[in-house]
Amino acid sequence: MDLVLTTFLKMAFILAVILGLVPVLIWAERKGSAFIQDRTGPNRAGIAGIRLAGLIHPIADVLKLLFKEDVRPAGVHRVMYALAPFLVFFVSLLTYAVIPFGDYLEVGGRRIPLVVADLDVGILYVLAIASLGTYGIVMGGWASNNKYTFLGAVRSTSQMISYEISMGLALMGLLLVSESLRLTDVVAGQGQLLWGFLPRWGVVVQPLGAILFMTAAFAETNRNPFDLPEGESELVSGYHLEYSSMKFALFFMAEYTNLVVASALIATLYFGGWNIPWLSRAVIEARAGVLLPALLAAHVAVCALAAALYLRRASRERGKFGDARDREPGLMAGVCVVAGLAGLAALALRPWEIGPAGASLLATVLQVGAFVGKVVFFCWFFIWVRWTLPRFRYDQLMHLGWKVMLPLALANLVVTAVVAAFV
Amino acid sequence: MNGKVHGYGGKMTLWERLYLGEIFRGLGITIRHVIRNLLHTGDMPTVQYPEEHRAYSPRFRGRHRLMKREDGTPRCVACMMCSTACPADCIHIVAEEHPDPAIEKAPASFEIDLLRCVYCGLCEEACPCDAIRMDTGIYDLAADSREKFWVDKEFLLNNTTDGTR
Repeated sequence: MDLVLTTFLKMAFILAVILGLVPVLIWAERKGSAFIQDRTGPNRAGIAGIRLAGLIHPIADVLKLLFKEDVRPAGVHRVMYALAPFLVFFVSLLTYAVIPFGDYLEVGGRRIPLVVADLDVGILYVLAIASLGTYGIVMGGWASNNKYTFLGAVRSTSQMISYEISMGLALMGLLLVSESLRLTDVVAGQGQLLWGFLPRWGVVVQPLGAILFMTAAFAETNRNPFDLPEGESELVSGYHLEYSSMKFALFFMAEYTNLVVASALIATLYFGGWNIPWLSRAVIEARAGVLLPALLAAHVAVCALAAALYLRRASRERGKFGDARDREPGLMAGVCVVAGLAGLAALALRPWEIGPAGASLLATVLQVGAFVGKVVFFCWFFIWVRWTLPRFRYDQLMHLGWKVMLPLALANLVVTAVVAAFV
Repeated sequence: MNGKVHGYGGKMTLWERLYLGEIFRGLGITIRHVIRNLLHTGDMPTVQYPEEHRAYSPRFRGRHRLMKREDGTPRCVACMMCSTACPADCIHIVAEEHPDPAIEKAPASFEIDLLRCVYCGLCEEACPCDAIRMDTGIYDLAADSREKFWVDKEFLLNNTTDGTR
């Protein structure tokens, strides 16, 4: 019973984080692309003048998509057409089951591992599910009965097949190093130090493998520079061309959940997962009396700085718009002040006298925070790359996959195997 | 042509063909733009349109206006020069006798179909008494019916910020 309850709680946590990240990522995509291209990006939609630099726009988008007509074109395969977006979204969430987002949570003397399903064959599971992702795209593309969606689906399949091989081979190099298929072991192994000072992260022991895996992850998520299945300049919008309303929104959300999954995988396999470099759990628990007040003080300082910046803006832009929007900087300054005061109140509760249970909780929170931070960084990295690189031509894509990455992945595997056998 | 591709620089060096270095150079360029725009949001060239307007040249041809005499009556003498010159046939004038015997005619009605107007400025140039001008600088024309774009004499006479300039 306990197991069921904790599993459901963990699943709820993961779902909340991913589904909460999706609108933020859509915002980051729009705002980031705007800033890269020297534009201001979305800044109009707001609730009572509160615009949060465009963060309200995803809410407006969702409302619009919910109320749009769900058009089903003539000639589609009804069942598969309806099933495809759900399959894409469902599969993109499945991978999460095996990704550890923290070490363990100590509740009343019991240690709850922070992973939904700690499978012995975690990495194989990840690869199996990742290849399922293309089924939804193929189904959607074929069932739409449209040549552009079909071409998008065909491209997606061939791309997936080509890059999955290098992805798997790159992962095998990592397996030889970590000596386990279980993802919690892979992460725990990355918590050690190499030669006493370097974190034993996957990217340190397998630099080529990390680059190959990340490149393949870009291809698997159909993100630029490998977004040929969408290829709007040739295929209108690719495999989801005939979808509208919430079915399209599901495809759109699946793209971003895939992004989060790929980022989480990169972080877990090659960038230490929930490990904080040079701050192991034992160190955090031993120094909790110093760390927590320092963190609270940093929080108060950041809040004070943000409040000061908002106040400066409020005084500079007084009456700029002549409507509710003028109140926004003042309100935000107020929110920052309240958050800062909450930090001060926590400081007044003598956090340096934290007990062992609190220290354990602090360590868990910090590790989960480190994992989420890494995931967010890689999500931003995906967006950053998308607005930096142009799309590959199709022959270049195949050339890179088969003639460059496959031999490199094989060479990486052989070298790793030789080193692992003799060292 | 003999099959050669003409482009930037020609053959790529080994470093460029390794992709990665150049990719990170590109990432550096884009992140510099992001940081600069984050720190100096106000310096972006974007004009926040409904609140801000771009400054146009005084020669910009915007919506028309009719000039007034000192006594407030239209300067127009209903000579039909503008409607004759108009390539879009969008100026419609009905003439009447002016109460002042020194002035021959005045417009009983002076209507412009703004949807037909091509903003060429030929009416301005044709006018012998500087009665029609396009110097209001108004370019954001919007209405919810075609009829509202058919503007009459009263509208054109009061079609500027200070009316008589």
